[in-house]
Formats: sequence, C-alpha cells, structure tokens
Amino acid sequence: MIINFKLNGKEKSVTISNNKRLIDLLRDDLKLTGTKEGCSIGECGACTVIINGKAVTSCLVLAQQVDGCEVITVEGLADGDKLTKLQENFMKYGAIQCGFCTPGMLMSAYALFLENPTPSREEIETAIEGNLCRCTGYKPIIQAMISTASEE
Amino acid sequence: MENSFNIIGKPVIRQDALEKVTGKAKFADDINEPGQLYGVMVRVPTVHAIIDEIDYSDLLQAKPDVIIVDSNDIIGTKKVGPIRQDQPIFSFDKIVTPGDVVAMLVGESEDELKSLAKKIKIKFTELPALTDPTKSLESNAPKIHPQYENNLIVHYPLRKGDVEKGFRESDFIHEESYTTQFVEHAYIEPEAVIAIPLEGNKGIKILGSIQNPFTCRKVVASVLNWPLTKVRIVQAELGGSFGGKDDTMNILSARAAVAALKIGKPVKIRYTREESILESYKRHPYILKYKVGCKKNGKIVAMKIDILADGGAYSSMSPFVTWRSVVQAAGPYEIENVWTDVRAVYTNNPYTGAMRGFGSPQPIFAQESIMDEIAAKLNLTPDEIRKINGFKPGSYTASGQKLENHDVNLLEVLDTAVKETNFTSKWKENKSKTNFNGYQLDKISETNAEQLILKKKDYINPNEQLRKGIGLAISYRGCSLGAEGIDAAAAYLSVQNDGSAYLLSGLAENGQGMKTTYTIITAEVLGISPNDVYYLETDTGLIPDSGPTVASRSTLMGGGAVKAASDIIRNRLEEFLRTEWKLKPQAQFLFKDGMVSLKGTDQLKISFKDLCLSAYKNGICLAAVGWYKSPEVNWDEHTGQGSAYFTYVYGCQVAEVTVEMGTGKVYVDKITAVHNPGKVINLLGAEGQVYGGVTQGAGYALWEQLTSAEGKIRELNFDQYLIPTAKDIKEIKPIFVEGKDIHGPWGAKSLGEPTLELTSAAIANAIKNAIGKRFYNLPINLEEVLLRRKLFPKDLKRGSS
Repeated sequence: MIINFKLNGKEKSVTISNNKRLIDLLRDDLKLTGTKEGCSIGECGACTVIINGKAVTSCLVLAQQVDGCEVITVEGLADGDKLTKLQENFMKYGAIQCGFCTPGMLMSAYALFLENPTPSREEIETAIEGNLCRCTGYKPIIQAMISTASEE
Repeated sequence: MENSFNIIGKPVIRQDALEKVTGKAKFADDINEPGQLYGVMVRVPTVHAIIDEIDYSDLLQAKPDVIIVDSNDIIGTKKVGPIRQDQPIFSFDKIVTPGDVVAMLVGESEDELKSLAKKIKIKFTELPALTDPTKSLESNAPKIHPQYENNLIVHYPLRKGDVEKGFRESDFIHEESYTTQFVEHAYIEPEAVIAIPLEGNKGIKILGSIQNPFTCRKVVASVLNWPLTKVRIVQAELGGSFGGKDDTMNILSARAAVAALKIGKPVKIRYTREESILESYKRHPYILKYKVGCKKNGKIVAMKIDILADGGAYSSMSPFVTWRSVVQAAGPYEIENVWTDVRAVYTNNPYTGAMRGFGSPQPIFAQESIMDEIAAKLNLTPDEIRKINGFKPGSYTASGQKLENHDVNLLEVLDTAVKETNFTSKWKENKSKTNFNGYQLDKISETNAEQLILKKKDYINPNEQLRKGIGLAISYRGCSLGAEGIDAAAAYLSVQNDGSAYLLSGLAENGQGMKTTYTIITAEVLGISPNDVYYLETDTGLIPDSGPTVASRSTLMGGGAVKAASDIIRNRLEEFLRTEWKLKPQAQFLFKDGMVSLKGTDQLKISFKDLCLSAYKNGICLAAVGWYKSPEVNWDEHTGQGSAYFTYVYGCQVAEVTVEMGTGKVYVDKITAVHNPGKVINLLGAEGQVYGGVTQGAGYALWEQLTSAEGKIRELNFDQYLIPTAKDIKEIKPIFVEGKDIHGPWGAKSLGEPTLELTSAAIANAIKNAIGKRFYNLPINLEEVLLRRKLFPKDLKRGSS
C-alpha cells in the first residue's frame, strides 16, 4: 500500500507492506537509523518518535498508521547545523553516555516541550519514565530538561 | 603543573556528543554492507541434554539453498573461554543451558529463517538439570562438563593469622548468611555484529558492539585458525556494556566470521532483547556465610568467610570475578585473623561473568550488613564501628598487603559522608522510632493463615505508615587487573603540522566517556583545546593490544599511556625549542591556551601551531606510542596472601530511604556518594559515573532479579526485568575526595565500579534503620520486605499470551 505523511517537515510518499512496523520503515527503508530498537515491546523507549505532537514508541506502531500524520524523528530536531536548546543542554549537562537511549529520550523530552514549554520537575520525570537509560542514572537528563524549561 | 591545570578537573562536553544528539552516531545495527545476509540462531528446548542427532533433511527439502552453519564448519578451536575453554561456538556434544546454540541459518530474511529453523529435527537425551549451586559439589550431582573431574570451577583460600585463636579471644561472635541474585547487564543496545570478508588474502573485518576488541580478535582468530593480523576488529559505537559485551560478543563475532567466510558475503547477527537476555551472561549470585569475632571495644579480631558463587553453565570470567572477592571479602578493615574460602561452581543456569562491580557488590552487601549488626550489639553507631576497624595509612589487608604509596583516605571519605549527611543524629532519631510490633507477615505460612486477621496492636497508625531510614557502607577497591594478569596499555598520538592531533588508545569506548578523558589528558599536556584532538576509530589493526576495557582501568592504565605519549611529544618539542632559542638544558616551558612560552618570561613565546610546523620542517617526529605498565603485584594461590593490587580507591555511600509499612515499598530519597577516584579528569564524566553506578546499585538492591523456572529464564524482556526509571531515585549527590597517588595520570585512578558496589549495602542498612528489620537476600523488593521471601509465577507464561 501507499501512504503519505510528513516526515521531519517534508512530505513523503512510500509504498509499504501492510505488516511493516514504523520503526522498520524509518530504519530500513528510509535509512533514518537514529531511531533505535531496544526491546521491541514498547518498554525501553529507545524507538520513540513524535507522531502528531505525541511521543510514541515506533516499534508498536504499524507504518500504515502514520498515513496523513506528521512524524518527527531525532534527525528532524536540528535545523541544519543549528541544534535545538534541548540538544545543546543534553550535551552541556552530560545527559549522554553511550547514547543509545538518547534519540528516544530526546523525542520524549521534545514532545513534552511541544505541549508544555515550562514543565515542572515532576512533569519532566513523568515524560521520560518510559525511556530506559542504563548509563546516566537520569539525573543529567532531568537537569538538561529543567534548564531547557527555564530558558523558555 | 599540579596547581595550574587548564582543563583537568573541569566539566568537559563529550567529544562524541554531537553525533549522539543528532542521531548520526553509528551503532552496530546502524551499519549495513551491500549484499549482507543475516544469521539466525537455532536452539534446543532443554536445559541439560546430550545431543544425539541434528537432522536438517526437512529443512533442506523446504529450502534447498538455505545456508547452515554449525560446529562442522569450524576449522580451529570449537570451544573457547578466557580461562577454561569450555564454551562451544556451536554446541555439538551437549546442551548445558537454554541459551546454547547448535546451528545458525543464514539468509536474506530473518523472519523466513526463524520459521525455517522449526524444520530442524534435533534428537536429544535429557539429563537431570542442576540448578542449585549448593548441590553442585555433591558426589551424585550431574557433571556439567564431563571433561572436568567435578563441577568446581575454582576454589580460592585465604589464610591470615589463626582464625580459631581469634574466635577464642573474642568477647562475642556474630554469624549471618546472605544471598544475592542473578542480575542482567541490561545495556539498552542489544548485541549486534557484522563480519565482512575482505578481498583476496586480506582476511576478515568485524564491526560490532564489542567491549574488548583484542579479546574478540583472539577468539575469532583461534576459531578460524588464522594469525591475529588477519582478523581486524573495529568497534562500532557501543550502546552500553557494563562488562556485558565480552564473551557473548566474541562468540557472536566468531559465528558471523565463520558464516561470512563460508559464503563469501558479509553476515550480520543482531539479537532481540529476548535472545540477548537468554544467551548473555549475568552477574554471579552468591551465597555468603560470615562469622565475625569481636572484642567489647569494637575491635574485630577474627573473620571467617565462606562464599559459593553460581558460575552457571560456563566458567567464563568466574575465576577472575571470584578472585577479586577473595581479596576484598573481609572489607576495608584491618583484621588480624582471616579465613576465607571462595568457590565457583558449574550449574545449568545461565552462565555468569564480568559485570560492573566484578565480585565486589556481593561481599560488600554481606560484610557491610554484618558490620551494622555488630555495631548494634555493641551500642555503637555504624560510623563508630567502621572508624575503629577501618583501614588507615600503613594498615595490612586480609591478604597481608601493607597499604602505602597512596592516600589511604578511607576514614576521610567516611567522615566527609557522615558530616555531609548529618548521619549520626538522623540515624539515632530514626532508630528511636522503629519500635513497632506491627503485623509479622513474614512469620505467616500457609498453615497459619488465620494470623492474617490483625489484632489491635498490629494496626499501623496512618501517621506512622512511612518510616525514614539512613544507612551507610564503605569499601576499598583494588584498581585495574591486579594479580589477575598482565596489565599494560598503549596510546598512539600523532600531532599534525597545524597543531591538531590524532589520538587512539588500545582500550575501548563503551559509552563511559573514555575518549573524552583521553583527549583532555593530551590537551592538558600540550596546552591545546580538547577540540584540537581528533580521536580515531578503535581498530585492532592500528594500535597495540592493551588488554580488556574492564576493572575500572581505562583512566588509570589507558590514561597513563595517553599521558606517556603526550609527554614524549612535549619533550621532543621542548628539546627542539631549547635548540631553536639557544636555551640551557634546564629551561622550563609553559604550554597553555595554544601557546608555548619560556617559563617566567613573556619574551620567548610561539603558538603551538607554529611550533609544530617549525618542528615538522626540521624533521622532528611528532608521532609516538605511549606505553603504561603496572608495577609488579604478587599472589600466593595456596595461602591467599600477597600484594593483590598496586593501588586502591576508597568510597562511602549514605542511603536515605522511606519505607511504606503497608506495602513494603522502599523509596530511595537520596544517595550521597563520596569517592576517592585519585584525581578527577573530567568532572562531567566523573559525576556521570556516580549517577549511573548508584542507579544500577539501587536496582540491584531493590528490584532487579533474574529467575528461572526449572532452568528456564522468566524475565526475558523489560516488561518483567525491571531496571530503575527516571522516577525511582529522588536525589544522588556525588562528592569527590581526591587523593594523591604516584600511579595513573596525575594520580587519577578508578571510579566506574566503586560507584555501584556500595549502594545495595547502604540501602539495606537504611531499611534496617527505618523499620528495624534486617534483610539478608537481595533484592529487597516488596515481597521481601513484607514476607521475607520472593513470589514468582509458577510457569513461564507472559502477559496475556
């Protein structure tokens, strides 16, 4: 089947099989390997992307479900060489170690800021509680998000 | 130089941060080669069995061109292992644990291969499964590996003084037993590797999520029966390891290599989370028995320790993991008489190997729990008992090693933690509130369930539902490999004629930030910015074998090598300047902010860039290999005596918790982590190690546990294996008490593992402080707090399936 959707600001039209997952469309067909697969059951959050403003685990979404939607992946965050404040703060506060959870973490965080530019600490923790990180203990990630919120 | 660091000790942004926040960093499964095929594993649904026959005829009938790879395709070593070669690349004689793989199917579609695999008929004869390590050494226990006399992997004795005499001279004796659980590394990136056959006679290139490229090369070369040079291991960005991407990745690399060479095409293997948890190794469960003899004044005079480690189906790193345990099991205490036995045994459980902590979190949980109990008997506070017995400069360890030539600042570290947290008064106040009859759920068995009807005294006042507790734990840790083996590392530095530099070390970036630490060290020595240092791709073809990236040795050993290489270049540049500027041999220089000047004057200065160009034009070699070798250490296998490690680090963590009496839930309010890492190189990286290590340690204390039903793992994914989330730990406060050391770059030593090893013991002690109950079995989850036992589903059913 053919689906049409907006991916990182650009209109896309792709032919897919009915049972293709969104993560496979992104990684295999469109070569956007920034989105990671860590558990395949929606528990680790590494594959999180934004669909119509909401953070969604792309391993649990069929590609055909994004027909007519607007999808943002980690590759769509920066405007050319210009990083978002969120990305800059992830770097500055040490929110990255191995970096495998980082794309999904960024997307959950970005979705929160789209909805609420000045979230509380608790709202920040809730927004990323579905994203597992084994390296950072989350503290630098939360700090990066708090700083992003206060810069709004 | 000591007091005027340019960059050392400041927060520095990771050199790989940009590619990681933009999704451009290439992890192993992000890399694809033209024409690559996929490998899919074939396993046998059993725990312990003899393989009688593998019949591929139905498979070949269904798909005649399917590619099958198994043990018959291996020309070289069929079984591998770091110490004992007991683990097959493909199982051919026996199945000893459910993760075992008998064959691999190779083709274009993983989905198709997975359904084709069901057509393989494997005939096997089931053997009794041995899942209880306490039964491993019984004479009628099934032998896991018949080539060995029995199921004992290793036994380390340690004998210091006369322990029986010590017990006789003690005023009282305290004995306890403890257990710890199987723990999964839970790196978020599952294993992935791609083997690429190179043209002509060039050999093979392997790209993967590989923690130890040189160990991997050795394994692959031995399996292929090739010289080391023909196997090039290139590390992709590694999505977390924590000790976990060693043996498993070496074996996956070997399977991919054998297949790729058989077909002449690149072969990729990538694991699902379920396969990853099924086949990869875990942290050892320990059963620990401690007997401590103590004087009335709090002085411990004798300690007898018996530890049994479940090595699982393969020996892997068990001999090294348990060796660290035997060195450190008596804790950071000077005790005259110590008798320790540590044994590791085979079972049919998942095999156990290296995991962050490496044989220290288990004994620390036991030893720091019992120290608090002894303190309670003597009416001492937890810090008092530790001050009486803790190491001081010149103290002798359990293995008879005198602690010298470094800052033995255990008590300073302890003191800092106690003062920072206002420990003693909080501890006393919480303790005074624990008098509570409460319902004794842990005393209820199925036969006296009527006791579930609460009596009046059993009711909890709603205001007392939440109890606060504070607890601490201390440790010492030997740095790097110690008497485990040869300990040396290399670094290659090549300064270009524009003043920028290439850097590479023989150790590997596992996500911890090692590359950034190394670029800082070079930048500091040469007075340039870390941004001027370009870190090359880790490739076994380009740098000397520097041993594995383990044992918190990267900063100490690799950092030492990077500093050595940087010093060589700086010395050459200084020598060149002395000639150019016609200076005396003792002339000193300042390398700072991209400028080089004669110390003490503003007259003679040159930019680093111009200096490099000038040196280059004069034929000065600006490339060097730095080498850093550890001092000699020694160990007597029979007595467990010797200088186990050449230097040590010290730590103290304080846990503050709230326990909900009705549900048994433990909330971690704050962990204060005070560590002496020697010298901090990158503050951002060092704090990151503490946050991450403490969080893993809290998971170990409270939630994480891998269990099995008749030998088969229950928790195969993150829906059941629970690691901490962003909401589980309220506050972590890292504090560094730096110490002086003659080893490592400016005295920088170890931090990664010390941060994890203390947390479970500190939390256990805090829970005791909160509710007056001591727990002996990790994890201290809801059921443990309420019932003193764990509850599991009876079968392997998951979710609604």
